[in-house]
Order: sequence, then structure tokens, then C-alpha cells
Amino acid sequence: MAEFALPANSKIKTGTTHPAPAGATNLRAFKVYRWSPDSGDNPSVDTYQVDMGSCGPMVLDALIKIKNEMDPTLTFRRSCREGVCGSCAMNIDGTNTLACTKFIDEVKGDVKVYPLPHMPVVKDLVPDLNLVYAQLASIEPWLKSQTPPPDRERLQSPQERAKLDGLWECILCFCCTTSCPSYWWNGERYLGPAVLLQAYRWIADSRDEATGERLDALQDPFRLYRCHTIMNCTKTCPKSLNPAKAIAEIKKLMVARQ
Amino acid sequence: MADLRSPLNRVRGLGSAKEGTHHWWAQRLTALALIPLTIWFAISIVMLTGADHATAKAWLGSLWPAALLVLTIAMTFHHGQLGLQVVIEDYVHNEALKIASILLVKGVAVVLSVVAIAAIARIAFGG
Repeated sequence: MAEFALPANSKIKTGTTHPAPAGATNLRAFKVYRWSPDSGDNPSVDTYQVDMGSCGPMVLDALIKIKNEMDPTLTFRRSCREGVCGSCAMNIDGTNTLACTKFIDEVKGDVKVYPLPHMPVVKDLVPDLNLVYAQLASIEPWLKSQTPPPDRERLQSPQERAKLDGLWECILCFCCTTSCPSYWWNGERYLGPAVLLQAYRWIADSRDEATGERLDALQDPFRLYRCHTIMNCTKTCPKSLNPAKAIAEIKKLMVARQ
Repeated sequence: MADLRSPLNRVRGLGSAKEGTHHWWAQRLTALALIPLTIWFAISIVMLTGADHATAKAWLGSLWPAALLVLTIAMTFHHGQLGLQVVIEDYVHNEALKIASILLVKGVAVVLSVVAIAAIARIAFGG
């Protein structure tokens, strides 16, 4: 059956509390998921009392401050710190989003920070994304064309190009895929919203000549049709994209070619 | 058994089943058909309130009510088994239990719908 409870070795314990430095007045508690593969212990939630008087406005600013000044063992991914790279995707205050574009002020009470849900954890806030990357590779996210390449760019009308808006902006942070209950229960076979949006990005591209093959590869009760229009993907997307609509467009094309 | 396949190998698996569209489309079409059929059925039952057995039997035996009720039953059970199949596929991950549950649901749907339609036929054709 689908697993509704955490396995015994994943049950979360209360961790250590790291107090604020002396003299700090404007404090904010960050409750951060910790797990290390080296210790053999169950995961825990550590509390960090962060001095907001000397902290930037974003959750990522606080995490970097914690790592620099309070606890160098805290592990997380980050790179661009401006919502372009997708590295710092994590579950903040119960919602998947990017730590670098999430204002601390938007969170009421303690700031709870967990890794992306239902993925194997490598360490602390770092999820294992090997499976989703393989799923992305499986839809062959590149232009496929049999016509010999022209001497110049492959032309597209403004209307054809407009069909890619809302698709090309995806930064592959996988906030949507890891928010999808259908992906939680059947992630081994369901491709998930991020990968299906990427698949549609190439299906919708007027320059791509492999539309039929792409639809063939998706026509499957699990790869595509595990989407039950739950809409968590669209609700959580930190780039305000609409993966649910992209999946619906694929389903419409499946009927159109019958 | 340790799974040492590469992630891409796991994802590609046995390939696409090349089906699923018919199931999805049938679920939507039966849902659409059931909107007017269910409204008709509800109104008809309310209008039979207080009627005696002979009146109800005569209603069920006449052409349109019998035909529409057969359609309602067929659509309801078809739609129901399509939906339950998806629920089972979502949540039951033991392969043997999954196949057994789906067969059971489909079997029960076929038996119940055939019995219900046969009962209508018996009344309609004066059994």
C-alpha cells in the first residue's frame, strides 16, 4: 500500500537548540530539519535563534547566516540567490518554494524549514534528485528535427513563439513534482508535473518535428495519466507557472490524435 | 534484491503502454452523460413519491423510463469501475493484490449492472 506514516528510521526527533549571540534583541526561531548519513541517528529538528537585526530579508539569508555564524554543519544547496537556478528549493512553512525568494516576514511564528517532501535525503536539506533528473532525460528535452538544418536560425512566427511562454521559464527546482501526492505514491512510474511541463515545452515547439513520438512515449496510464488535476503543482510553483495546464494540454492532444 | 539499475533504466522501465487515453476519455464522457441522467432519475423518483406498486411498475415498464434507466445504470457502473480502478492503481502497490482488487471491482460492476438491467427488462417485457 501507499505509505502514509514515516518508517521507523525516519521519525523526527527534537534536536538541539542554538541560542542567539549575547546582545541580540530581534530574534526569530528557525526550526530546521537535520539528518546526517554518518551518525545513524533518526532525523531531528534543530532550533536556531537568529538575530534578525543583522540578517537579510530572505529565508536563504538566514540559512547562510546560520551556517556562517552558528552551525557550519548545516547542509543545503544554493547558488544564484535570486530565483534563477532552482538550487535552494525546500519546504518552508509547509510549502515548497525557493529559500532565496521567500521573505522571512511572510512566515508567521517559527520558520519551519524541511527538505523537499518524499524524496530520499542526502543530508539535512539536500534531497536526492537522481530519479527526477533521469525522468527529465527520459523525455529527451532537446529539439528533434529531421529536416536538414538551415543556414540561419530555425524560424518561428511570433504566435508560434508565444506558445512557449509560461513553459521556458521553468528552472527545474522540482517544487511542483515534490508537492504532488500522485508523485509521492507513484513517483517510480509517474513523470510528475515538472517533467511533463518540460515534455510539453518540446511538444508545443513549432520547430520540433518529433511531436508524435513524444506523445507516444507519454501515452501511458502511469507516465501521464497519474495526474488527477490536484493542482498542488500550480499552487506551489515559485515562478508562478502552471504545470497543471501544460499536462491538460498534453491530454487534449492525446484525444485530438485519436 | 538490490536494485543496481541506473536511474534512467528505472525510469524507462518496460516503455510506454501506448494506452490510457481511452480510459481517461471514457471517464469524462460517462461523467458528462451522468449529469442529465442523474437529474432525470432524481426527479422521476421524487415524482413517484406516494405512488402505489402498480403505478411504479407501470412507469418502469414504459419505453422511455426503462430505456433511460438502463442507460443510467450502464453509465453509473462503467464510470464507477473506471474511477475505482484509478484509485486502486494509485494506492495499492502489491502487484497481486492490485490485480485481484481491480478484477473484483470490475466483476462486481458487471454483475450488478447486468442484474439491474435484467430486472428492468423483466418488468418491461411483463415477466
